[in-house]
Amino acid sequence: MAGALSHIRICDFTGQLAGAGATKWLAAFGAEVIRIEDPVKEGRWDILRATPPFVDDRRGVDFGGGFNNHNTDKKGITLNLRTDKGKQILTEIIKKSDAVTENFAAGVLEKWGFGYADLKRIKADIVYVSNCGFGHNGPYSSFKTWGPIVQAISGLTFSSGLPGQPPAGWGYSYMDHTGGYYMAMAIMLALLERDNSGRGQWVDLACTDAGLSLNGPALLDWTVNQRPMRQSEGIDSNRSQFAPMAPHGIYPCSGEDEWIAIACRDDQEWLKLTEVMENNQQTSPRTSWCRDYDEMKYRLDHQDELDKKLAGWTRQQEKFSLQEDLRQARIPVGAVQKPQERIDQDPTTAKAGLWPTITHSKMGQVRVDGMPVQFSRTPWQMNHGGPCLGEHTEQVLTELLHKSPDEVAQLKEEGVI
Amino acid sequence: MSVLHGVRVIELASERIAFAGKLLGDMGADVILLEPVQGEPSRSYPPFVDDQPGDNRSLYFLHYNTSKRSVILDLDTKPGRAAFKKLIATSDILLESEPIDRLSALNLDYDDLIKFQPSLIHVAVTPYGRSEVLSDLPVTDLTLMASAGPPWSCGYDDHSLPPVRGWGQQGYHTGCHYAFMSILTALLHRNGSGQGQFIDISMTAALNVTTEAGTYAWLVSGATVQRQTGRHAAVKPTGESQIRCADGRYVNTGVPPRFPEEFEKLLAWFKQIGLADDFPETVFLEMGATWEGPFDLSKIGEDEAITAIFSAGRQALIMIAQAISAYDFFIGCQNAGLSVGIIYSPEEAFEDEHFKARGFPVEVVHDDLERTVTYPGAPYQLPASPWSISRRAPHLGEHTHEVLAQL
Repeated sequence: MAGALSHIRICDFTGQLAGAGATKWLAAFGAEVIRIEDPVKEGRWDILRATPPFVDDRRGVDFGGGFNNHNTDKKGITLNLRTDKGKQILTEIIKKSDAVTENFAAGVLEKWGFGYADLKRIKADIVYVSNCGFGHNGPYSSFKTWGPIVQAISGLTFSSGLPGQPPAGWGYSYMDHTGGYYMAMAIMLALLERDNSGRGQWVDLACTDAGLSLNGPALLDWTVNQRPMRQSEGIDSNRSQFAPMAPHGIYPCSGEDEWIAIACRDDQEWLKLTEVMENNQQTSPRTSWCRDYDEMKYRLDHQDELDKKLAGWTRQQEKFSLQEDLRQARIPVGAVQKPQERIDQDPTTAKAGLWPTITHSKMGQVRVDGMPVQFSRTPWQMNHGGPCLGEHTEQVLTELLHKSPDEVAQLKEEGVI
Repeated sequence: MSVLHGVRVIELASERIAFAGKLLGDMGADVILLEPVQGEPSRSYPPFVDDQPGDNRSLYFLHYNTSKRSVILDLDTKPGRAAFKKLIATSDILLESEPIDRLSALNLDYDDLIKFQPSLIHVAVTPYGRSEVLSDLPVTDLTLMASAGPPWSCGYDDHSLPPVRGWGQQGYHTGCHYAFMSILTALLHRNGSGQGQFIDISMTAALNVTTEAGTYAWLVSGATVQRQTGRHAAVKPTGESQIRCADGRYVNTGVPPRFPEEFEKLLAWFKQIGLADDFPETVFLEMGATWEGPFDLSKIGEDEAITAIFSAGRQALIMIAQAISAYDFFIGCQNAGLSVGIIYSPEEAFEDEHFKARGFPVEVVHDDLERTVTYPGAPYQLPASPWSISRRAPHLGEHTHEVLAQL
């Protein structure tokens, strides 16, 4: 079945997650994504090619679990761009592509002779999206980043933590995922512009710009009220930053490292919470301490002691049964789910088809991240795993560029592919 | 004129999807926010202009509703529904986060609306998707995030401290990112085919697939990551990478050196600061600087030389960080080709010369406040179709007459 983007071909140099995540979306909706990799370095610029997790004891550039996850349904070819013939073949691919995408450090593609001016000479309406940490302009444009560095620079690491503690950060590359989302948006926005006006363009995407834009109200509090987020008392990001809510936090449950998030948006939800406490306690009627906290303002002003008291109760409760009780009472609640709980035991993710099993040419059947969206007319599809190194070189050269098998063999012998 | 000029979006006001409407509006779409007569509740969220609560003073609302117009429309009344249908007939996109059965009960769901606009793109963004009754339970950014994975990976080495949810409504943002990507995909499809469609987005699913190795370590190898202070949650504990510098601020030391040229530059800088003589493992830095062949990171823990060299690189970075200020560490390391970062607060980043040079802060005229306000700017720079805030957030019902009169 034709996908929403089946008419699009991408000449793709992206890797890691911040780049590969963008073209994964396009491929899931039918775009033909052709990954170009270096045969000399075995594509190891993308370190995920050979890093854990692994499905079994096999190691090497075709066995990285993260690479497979981020590169589903893409084609992979090898091309040695140090050679003139390699550059010629790349030129032929660009001529037949709608967009060129990359997330190298600033200026790398230009150094190889494929900067935007070159790309435009090859194909006048080409869309070129570069994605690097600091962009191609500005004092830090030569600096390098990866997800946690982007998060550190853009304020997102700082704003995640508990008082009296160093920043907690995100515990994963939130801004590699999200940088990939912004890259996918940028590619599609530029393709829409080309549909409108016939013009291509170079989008200079900087992940730190995207990251910084995710702090909107805090930045306005700074520019309008001169209130900095860096304050001596530190921050508690489990509390509500905007709408007044209390209690609002992550509380311990029975067992080891079991937690639950609870939020009360108003006095009614608090009263309902105290009723649940009363029912679960069985020993005492609604305890007198609860009554002290019946007004939101009081709860907001006394969150430390409220949290302590509430935690004393939640600590005796089993996480999922408490979640069920609070759902029944229509109080905002969410058990802190471990990976195995949300992936294998939460019926909502399985029902949504969120973990499709794809076939990787060497790893076999592997589950990957699917897409959290259902399109009625052009659903996403995931069938094949990330390409092994050079898996589609011959196919792309013969089918797209009409090279003969002899020519392909010759190129291989000359070290071009 | 930006790329989405001429695309009309109807947004049924909800704090969960406000950001998706902003992403559309700032790229030129005509976003019409439909509000109940009492207004969208987030109009009253702090912080406020000059810390004074009041109408049109919520900085939260001002941020999330740039480039939109506001129309008061009550779908529970017959005239309201009639106007809504007329409005849909002039629109390209419906963006909503309503209770799952509300629109069908009003005969205003996708199947009803395509009678008025056959190529409509209808996007529903709900906590668990349109087919789950759980979607109608009350949720907040915090509870969504907890269920969907991010806090499990985020927090401290000390597991008696709770897992942490990052600030800034990032749970809502993630659902909105998927909504915007979906809309752009559907528009590209509609350009060729003339067809619209219904798109069902689950906010928890969106977060579930935004947790990196937290998910795929389990999918691939059945392993569970554990949270660690200021660095990636991991299956096996990893070395610390967040260091407090001499000025009390923190840095992230990033990926330690892994190429000979990186070891070489680090060694030179290490010597320049005068630390090399105090570090017993300088010899391993020298080995790293002269390493030949591939430096295979997957052999850490197996190959003794690679393990020792990698560990010496990390230790050397920590020593430097503790000796100088966070900013000097950031600049010095980056000049040595190492990917490290200073941990800025949002306002510190906003004031940094780099973002100013890129034109990130933008001015928006507030006729209502009699001043110009500086806003965070473009997440991406499209020279042929620029991002811009075309108007300040609308007052409640400010455009009711001008929009409805055109129908």
